[in-house]
Amino acid sequence: MGNKSSLFLRSEEIAQIQDETGFTPNQIERLYSRFTSLDRNDCGTLSREDLMRIPELAINPLCERIVHSFFAESTDDRVNFRQFMNVLAHFRPLRDNKQSKLNSREEKLKFAFKMYDLDDDGVISRDELLSILHMMVGANISQDQLISIAERTILEADLCCQGKISFEDFCKALDRTDVDTKMSIRFLN
Amino acid sequence: HHKTDRYPLSQVEFARVKTPFIIGIWILSASIAKIGFHMTPKLHLIFPESCLLIVVGVVIGVVLYFCTDVAVSPLTPNTFFFYMLPPIILDAGYFMPNRLFFDNLGTILLMAVVGTIFNIATIGGSLYACGLCGMFGDESATPRLLDVFLFASLISAVDPVAVLAVFEEIHVNEILYIVVFGESLLNDAVTVVMYHMMEVYNEIGLPNINAQDIASGVGSFFVVALGGTAIGIIWGFLTGLVTRFTDHVRVIEPIFIFVMAYLAYLNAEIFHMSGILAITFCGITMKNYVESNISQKSHTTVKYALKMLSSSAETIIFMFLGVATVNNKHVWNTAFVVLTITFCSVFRVVGVIFLSAIANRFRLHKLSRVDQFVMSYGGLRGAVAFALVLLVDENVVKQKDMFVTTTIAVIYFTVFLQGITIKPLVEILNVKRAQKRKPTMNERIHERFMDHLMAGIEDIVGKTGNYNVRDKFKRFDNRFIRPLLIRDLKGAEPKIIETYSKLTMRDAMEVMRRNPSTI
Repeated sequence: MGNKSSLFLRSEEIAQIQDETGFTPNQIERLYSRFTSLDRNDCGTLSREDLMRIPELAINPLCERIVHSFFAESTDDRVNFRQFMNVLAHFRPLRDNKQSKLNSREEKLKFAFKMYDLDDDGVISRDELLSILHMMVGANISQDQLISIAERTILEADLCCQGKISFEDFCKALDRTDVDTKMSIRFLN
Repeated sequence: HHKTDRYPLSQVEFARVKTPFIIGIWILSASIAKIGFHMTPKLHLIFPESCLLIVVGVVIGVVLYFCTDVAVSPLTPNTFFFYMLPPIILDAGYFMPNRLFFDNLGTILLMAVVGTIFNIATIGGSLYACGLCGMFGDESATPRLLDVFLFASLISAVDPVAVLAVFEEIHVNEILYIVVFGESLLNDAVTVVMYHMMEVYNEIGLPNINAQDIASGVGSFFVVALGGTAIGIIWGFLTGLVTRFTDHVRVIEPIFIFVMAYLAYLNAEIFHMSGILAITFCGITMKNYVESNISQKSHTTVKYALKMLSSSAETIIFMFLGVATVNNKHVWNTAFVVLTITFCSVFRVVGVIFLSAIANRFRLHKLSRVDQFVMSYGGLRGAVAFALVLLVDENVVKQKDMFVTTTIAVIYFTVFLQGITIKPLVEILNVKRAQKRKPTMNERIHERFMDHLMAGIEDIVGKTGNYNVRDKFKRFDNRFIRPLLIRDLKGAEPKIIETYSKLTMRDAMEVMRRNPSTI
């Protein structure tokens, strides 16, 4: 299936995606075959269910958020190959020879930030942080303790004292983190 | 001829306390020497501590040499392998940055296994070739093929003690540090196997070696490495299990950590497996579970006791190395010494360049030229090589004394020349330095968040990578292992809770310091 599917990808499409995302043609073809194998109905787009069906992803505590982040820019709850690639392009290592605007440190951070910021108002509120903490830390821990952790975290990052974490605060708090290493994977050629 | 007259007022009986007393004196003098260096204004900035300790050792050795007629050499292989090496390696394993270690495991293994075998083959081969050309003088000075390879296998391995001693002082960035240091720990498996293999082959005799011997030699590598690791991990889990029940007897908590790790080491040595690997992995494993079981005070005790034990062991090793240099059994063969040093340095560089090229094909973060330089330059040889060369049987290997002298020369060369110059070189080359830090709440949470995110992305892309594997392990750990080994579980993310309590504790202390009246 992998080999045949790459036939459907036209070369101008590859060139365009390459231009937008900085992937090499080989990587694009490889990801396209993955894309088609995820696409159960062969309709050229993925639905949320298609992604949720990946067994490992389904038990990831952040599964819903990750899947959701793929559909941020689609209007009809389906994602086509170009959108799929645009999301993945955020995770290209920065030091790869071809630069693109999608994998800069700021874009990577913005991507992560948006996953916290569910209502898209540009700040992480206490409840948004709390719901992420709840997903990650989960059982065996009291809600009170989670609340105090969330409050402490916001207190630490919040520079403008508004009780929320803005994107600037978020970047500032992760100043010492090597975001490029943390948020990159090596895509196979 | 026991003769009782009157009750004596006082007596002198040195023989009874001789051994512990002398050990005590050794430890005392090593520690005083250490204080001395740190009090000198400039000396300790130029020389690494290990160099100065060797110098003190040599001075003591010379004094002993002229004052007594017995050969003084306190650094015997047994004292080294049983009492001085384990604390250093346990300290390294227990405080190993696990995450960093496993993220770079591929590169580390490549350097440790392939790199060491490459070095043994090239150094051994070149030395043998030079021997064939008659460069070491007449036949009595030229070692045979297997003897050369025995020597090559003990001189090729980078020494964890020397690497730690030098790298702890210069604080290079964490990736560089973990690659060199991880290599020095893991190459022990190769060294042990190659050393025993050559020893046994030597006994069998070159013409009698058959294919089966070679096959079991290769197979024994896996047994030694995996067996040592497995023993270490099992003891590590056992330690976790025992500390689950120590909440009523807090004072003996540290003892379990030391004794069980030490038993892991000896247990591996019983079966001729790699003790270094066993104790390293025992430390790595137990830390995950022990830390949540033992009290904060026990934890502090473990930390300081380990640091103290390892630093005194290290101090004593370097001093003893100096003392052991002064003896009258040296056989100096200029050609052999110079060629060994040259081959060791040249093939180290070649190996590192070659293997980094391979590693860089798979690494997200490429090893730059400067990194490669520091890696090859950090390939220090040390006391492990010395202890191994002392173990060589002189009845089988005629050139043992020459090997001992050469090993000492190589150790001096790497510890002195490379040790002294590495600090300025790191500055000149502008190598990225490490920044010591404790994570903030935000870093802890967001970084953990990114880990989950990346594991998810890897699943979507359909690639098995670091994040993926770690995620699987964490899930398994949280479901099956942690409930078994840990007294009270703190959710799926103990690190987040831990950071939180540390930070609140710090805040509380700060408040108390500022307003002492509130207490």
